[in-house]
Formats: sequence, C-alpha cells, structure tokens
Amino acid sequence: MFDFFTVILPISGVPVNILLLALLGVAVGVLGGFFGMGGAWMVTPALNIFGFPMPFAVGTDLCHMAGKSIISTRRHAKFGNVDMKLGLTMLAFDVVGIEIGARLVMLLEGHGLAGPVIRWVYVVFLALIGGLVFYDYFKKRTLERTGMASEGESAVRWHLTLHRINVPPIVTFDVAQVRCSMWLPALVGLLVGILAGFLGIGGGLIMMPALVYLIGAPTYVAVGTDLFTVMLSGFYGAFTYAMKGRVELLAVLFMLAGAAPGAQIGTIATKYIRGYGIRLMFGVTVICALVSVVLKQLDMGTSAAWLVMAAVTAMTMVVVYGMVRGAIQELRRPSEAADRP
Amino acid sequence: MTPCSLRAQLTLWVSCVLVSLHPALLEAAPAEKAGKLVHVADTRNLSGFNLFVANLYNTDRLLFTIFAVGLTAILGLFLGWVMDVAVSAIGLDLEKRHSRE
Repeated sequence: MFDFFTVILPISGVPVNILLLALLGVAVGVLGGFFGMGGAWMVTPALNIFGFPMPFAVGTDLCHMAGKSIISTRRHAKFGNVDMKLGLTMLAFDVVGIEIGARLVMLLEGHGLAGPVIRWVYVVFLALIGGLVFYDYFKKRTLERTGMASEGESAVRWHLTLHRINVPPIVTFDVAQVRCSMWLPALVGLLVGILAGFLGIGGGLIMMPALVYLIGAPTYVAVGTDLFTVMLSGFYGAFTYAMKGRVELLAVLFMLAGAAPGAQIGTIATKYIRGYGIRLMFGVTVICALVSVVLKQLDMGTSAAWLVMAAVTAMTMVVVYGMVRGAIQELRRPSEAADRP
Repeated sequence: MTPCSLRAQLTLWVSCVLVSLHPALLEAAPAEKAGKLVHVADTRNLSGFNLFVANLYNTDRLLFTIFAVGLTAILGLFLGWVMDVAVSAIGLDLEKRHSRE
C-alpha cells in the first residue's frame, strides 16, 4: 500500500519510505523543540533500523538536525531563552570535540566496528542520563513533600560544587544567571563535543542535562541555549560528514519538511509546561531510546523499530496535547494567560 | 551527592577522555584503510534532482558539501519563517513567556 512512497536514495542506494522519513521528522521536530535538542539520538537508531549504514545515519542526522534547529532556535530566542555568550563559549570547544569524535567513528569504520561500538556507547550514556534525570525528579518531589525544596532550584546541585573552581577568568552569563570560571563551560563543551561527534548527535542530549546539572542554568535557558549550540555544531558536523561523503541529502530534505511544523509545536509547548515536567518526559524518552538500542544490539531489530516508533509517537502526542491545551487556554483568556506564573 | 563521590566521577570522566585521546589510539588508523572507505553513488537508474545530487557527490565533494549545507540552511530559514507566519495567524503570543521550574 505504501510502496508508492518508497524511493531509492541516490547516494547510499538504500530503499526507504519517504512518508516514514517525513513522519519521523515531525515527531523528532516536536520532541527536539520541546527538549532542546536535535533529536538525533532518536533519528540515528531509527535510520539505522530503516536500513541506513551507521555512518550515513550519523551524517544524515547531523545535517537534518542543523536545519531543524534553526527553526527552534529562532523561536526560543524570541522567548528570551538563549544565552549566546554561554553557548558560544561552550561551542568553541565543542567543535574541537566533534572533530575528534568524527575521526574516532571513521577509525572504527575502517575496522568494521562502527555500528556495534557506537550502539553500545549509546546504551551506556542513555542509561547514565536517564538515571540522573529520574534521580533528580524524584529527589525534587521528595523535597517538595517535606517542604525543603527551593523555588527554581534543581534537586541535584553539582553545579554549586563546580562553581567553586576559581581558575580565571571568572565570567558572568546574564541570561543563565550563572557566574563561574570560563573553563567550566569550556571543558563541558569539549566533552559534549567528543561524545556528539562520536555518537552522531548534535550534543543536545548531553548538553541539555550538562547545562542544568553541571553549569546550573534554568531548564528553559538550558533548552534554548542548547538548541543554539546544537544548530551551530550541527552545521559543522554536517559539513565534516558531507566532506567525508556520509550525508544522504534527499533524506535530509524530506525529514526537514516534516520537522518544520514539528519544531514549532514543540518549542511553543515549552511555554505551557513546567521545567520539571520537561525533565521527566525527557527521562522517559531517554529510557525508551535506551531499550530500543539494546534490542537492536540483540538482533531484535523489528521490536526495536516498533519501540522507537511507539515511544516517539506517544511522547509526541503528549507534547502536542500540552501545546494545544495551553494554546486553547491562551486564546480563550489572552491577557490572563500572558501573565500566568 | 557528596563532594567525594563527585570527585571520583570527575576523575573517571577525565580518565576516559585521556584514554580516548591517547596518541597511539588516534594513530591506529592506517592511511590505506581510509582510502578504501570512498563511496561512489550509482547513477545508472537516476534522473532529475537525484541524478544532479549523485553526480555532484561523485565529481566534487566540496561543492556537494556546500550545496548540502547551504540548501539545508536556506530551507530551515524558509520553513521557520513560514511556520512563524502560520502560528501568528492563529493568534498565539510568540514574543513572551513566563518561566517556572
């Protein structure tokens, strides 16, 4: 029935359903704009499951993510969620890390190890990030129940310890309301870049929690600043992977067409949902991605594909529901909604 | 999280990075291997835009890269503008928000 939508991609020669690519773009656009990331951590395994060789999945991912992040970043910038000074500081070191990560992938590809190694490293980091987010969420809930929670403060406060690093220059990031050594965001940016280049993600998956837990930025500023760096590093990643011949342009265009409305919906949804709500949904999505990659590694590709599709669809519907509900309330009571705390 | 355990975690992180950056590991990829990784697009059954992209890919990688990245950026900007217009037409306030954790 859907054979009409199946095309042979011109560079990799992979047959793929373009309707599926566009729908993946919509879903990842929604979740990416909402969580402040490129969404490549979902797209890379999904493209790999669709039949893309892993290096092509990584390169196509990065290129699509760069275009989509433009849309989300423009919107977040208008909301005042982007700390460009913080983003550029991290980005300067992030690009160095991406190049190191990309070279590691090419090295592994030469030994025929790229697919399995990248998937297992994925598993470890998804587990760490998912575990951290849930730990933070439930610790915050416990503190709230006992009346010990501080308004606007994370339950996990590693950043307070890291802010004691006194290596000059000490800088202030006004939008994020953070004052720390310049070397803290620089080092975090470098580490994020290495992982991003290696895993073929824009860095948002790692950058967002890093900004919250290591730098100490509020969730909304983390989301906006994250997208800003994802956009720029995504373009760099797209450039270097295209030069290495691992970008399937036609797939990028179909995914971008779907991602445009999705990114707009996801970004606007952050206007109506609490920061910790975003973090909880982020954790759930990360765990789903983790299980799907494990299934893939265990040669249960069909199950993994169904899980990715089900998880992405479910989370997308939750975000769309939150956006539509908030939007309807705002349209009914525009003045009250605009001033709602 | 105690400062001690945080220090242990940071030590582990730094160790992992140092191991991954070890010169012997970075130099382990022989140049011959990289040469075999060149991919050529099969243009025999292609036409139109697909043929153009595949030919560009096969003949000039730098031009293909500039075309791919440029087209992605332009399409992103254009679609973002279109979506802005569409959402504004609905009547949503896209200029301000109140953050809460």
